[in-house]
Amino acid sequence: MIDLTYLNDRFEHLQQASADDGIAVIRKNSFDSFNKTGLPTYRTEDWKYTSISNLFDESFAQAGHTITLADLDALRMPGHHKANELVFVNGRFDATLSNILSTDDELTVLSLKDAAKGEYKDLVARYLNKSSEYMKDGVHALNGAFIEEGVFVYIHKGKTPQHPLYIYHILDGRDHPVMAQPRGLIYVAENSRLQLTETYATLGVSDSFCNGVLEVVVDQNAYVEYYKIQNDKSNASQVSTTHITQIGRSYVHTVTVTLNGGVVRNNMNLVLDAAGNETHLYGLYLLKGKTHADNHTMIDNKQPNCFSNQLYKGIADDFSTAVFNGKIMVQPDAQKTNSFQSNKNILLSDNATINTKPQLEIFADDVKCSHGCTVGQLDEEALFYLRARGIPKDKAEVLLLQAYAADVLAHIKPMAIRAYVEKLIYEHLSIV
Amino acid sequence: MLSIKNIHANVEGKEILKGINLEIKAGEVHAIMGPNGSGKSTLASVLAGREQYEVTAGEVSFLDKDLLELSPEDRAREGLFLAFQYPVEIPGVSTTNFIKAAVNEKRKYHGLEPLDSVSFLKIMKEKMKLVEIDQSLLSRSINEGFSGGEKKRNEIFQMAMLEPKLAILDETDSGLDIDALRIVANGINKLHSPERAVLVITHYQRLLDYIQPDYVHVLYNGRIVKSGTKELALELEEKGYDFITEGVDLNA
Repeated sequence: MIDLTYLNDRFEHLQQASADDGIAVIRKNSFDSFNKTGLPTYRTEDWKYTSISNLFDESFAQAGHTITLADLDALRMPGHHKANELVFVNGRFDATLSNILSTDDELTVLSLKDAAKGEYKDLVARYLNKSSEYMKDGVHALNGAFIEEGVFVYIHKGKTPQHPLYIYHILDGRDHPVMAQPRGLIYVAENSRLQLTETYATLGVSDSFCNGVLEVVVDQNAYVEYYKIQNDKSNASQVSTTHITQIGRSYVHTVTVTLNGGVVRNNMNLVLDAAGNETHLYGLYLLKGKTHADNHTMIDNKQPNCFSNQLYKGIADDFSTAVFNGKIMVQPDAQKTNSFQSNKNILLSDNATINTKPQLEIFADDVKCSHGCTVGQLDEEALFYLRARGIPKDKAEVLLLQAYAADVLAHIKPMAIRAYVEKLIYEHLSIV
Repeated sequence: MLSIKNIHANVEGKEILKGINLEIKAGEVHAIMGPNGSGKSTLASVLAGREQYEVTAGEVSFLDKDLLELSPEDRAREGLFLAFQYPVEIPGVSTTNFIKAAVNEKRKYHGLEPLDSVSFLKIMKEKMKLVEIDQSLLSRSINEGFSGGEKKRNEIFQMAMLEPKLAILDETDSGLDIDALRIVANGINKLHSPERAVLVITHYQRLLDYIQPDYVHVLYNGRIVKSGTKELALELEEKGYDFITEGVDLNA
C-alpha cells in the first residue's frame, strides 16, 4: 500500500525547497486532488481492468544518480548520432546526459522550472497540466504533485529541425526498487514540425514504476509524429500519459508499441481544439509472460471538420492481458466530425485475456463515427501452409505475427526507428 | 518410396478413408481419380500432416521412415511436397523471403549451409523461367491478390525450388485455363526424374493429357476400388465414374 505519511513529508519538503519555481500552485492543487480521489481501483470505470495500487510500494526516486554515458550508450536507439537526445533518470530531466544538436532558433530545451519563470512563462502557465481537465484520477494527480525536474521543449515557428527528438527514460533499479515521475511540456509552434520517439529502460533487477506525463501543444499548420516504444523488463511497470492538444489546424500521427513490461497503462489523449484537425493513432502490443498492457485512447472533438483514425492491433499469449478502451467524444460544435476506430486482437493462449471496448459520446448530429473490434486466433491454414514447406512451427508463428504487426509498423515513418522496432519484435517473439 | 498400408482416417469423427493401400516407387507417376467426396483431398492432407485429420489405423512409410510420426515440417524436409488445392493467402509475408526460408530450413535439416542471396537468386531465376512466373508476383505477399492460375503456378514454382522426392498435386488442374494447365504440367514434367515420384490427384482426365501417369487409381468412398494404367483414365473420361461405382458395396 501507498504510505501517505511518507508522501506527505516528501510533498512538504518539495514545496518548501521549490516554493517560488512557478509550479508550486500546480503541485498544491494536484496534491489536494490526489488526497481527495486516492488511487483508482477496479471500481473506477476507466481503471476497471488495470490495477496499479500495488505498484506504489516502490521508493520515490531521490535526487542524484550514478548513471554514466556508458549506461546510456547501451540504450541508445539507431539514428541517435543525428538526434536531439533528452535523458530522464529516475524521472528527472538530466541536462548533462542530454545532447541537443539543433540550434536554439529551431528548438529550445529548458528545464520546466526555468521555462516557468522566463520567456516562456505564459505558455507554461497556460498549458502545463491542462491534462488534469481530462485526467481526474489520483495517478495523474500524483505526477502533478511532484513536478520537480521536468523538461520544456519549444519548436520555433516555421522551423523543421533536421534532428529528430529522442527521449530516454532510465530507471535505476540496480540497488533498490524505484518509482519515477517524469514530466514534460512540448510546444510545437505554427508551421513547424516535430518527430519524437520516447522509450523506457530499467537498469538492474529491482522493480520499477514510471508514472510519466507528457503534454504536447500543437499550433496552426504544425506537424507532429510521435512514437512510443515500450520494451522494458518484466517487473518494470508504468502509467504513461501523452496528452496532445491541437490548438490550431494541424496534423498529429502517433504509434505506440508495447512489447515487454509488467503493468503498462497508456493514456493517449487527443484534444482537437481547432477546426479541420487531422489525427492518426496507431498501436501495436505483442504480449507474453504476465505482461498487462492497457491502451486507453481519448479523442475529444471540440471543433468542426476534424478527422481522426485509430488502428490498434495486438496479441496476447501466455498469461498476458491486453486492454483497449477507445473513447471518442464529439462536442456539440464539432459538426462534420469523421472519426474511425478499429481494434484487432489475436488470442494465442487459453490463459491470456483481452478486453476491448469502444466508448463513443456524441453530442453533434452531423458526424461520421465508426468503431470495430475483433478477437481471433492465428490462421491455422496459413500456419499449416508454412509448415508444409518445411518451416518449423515456432518460426512459422513468428512469421505470421510479424506479418500481423506489419500494417501498424508501416506507420512508423523514420526507417531507423522502424527497423529498430522490427528487430525488437523479432527478438521478443523468438524468445520462448 | 511411399508405402501406404490400410490407412483409415477421420475428420471430425467421420471416417473418410476406409483402408487405402498404395505403393509408389521412385520414378513413377501415379494418378488418383475419383468423384467428389471420395476422399482424394483427405488422402493428400493425411500424407502432408494436416492436424485436423485423425489417422485411426494403418501405416505409411516414406523413404523407410514412419511418415505419420513426422511433423508436417519434417515431412517437407524429408522430401514430401503437397501442392495445395487452395493455396493460402498470407498478407505481410513476402513470397521470396518465405521460399528462401523454406529452402534453407530444408538445407539445414540435411546438414547443408544456407544458400547465400546470390546463389538463391540465381536458382530462383532458373525456376521462374520453368513455370513462367513473374518476378513481380514473388515480391508480393504470399498468394495475396493472385489469380487462381497464379496461385497454382506459385505452387509449382515452390515445388521446383524445393525439389521434393515425392510431389503430391492436389487438384492442381482445377480452375486452370489451357495455357496455365500446360505451364503447370510442364513444370511437373521437368521435375520428374528416375529419383522422384509424382502423385497427381485430379477429378478430370485433362491434366493427364500432359502428364503421362504410369498408374491410375480410382478412389471411391474412401477406398481404391480400381487400379490400372493410363487407359483407365481415358475410360473414366468416356464412361464417367458410374461404371466403376455401380456395384461397389458401400458397406463392404
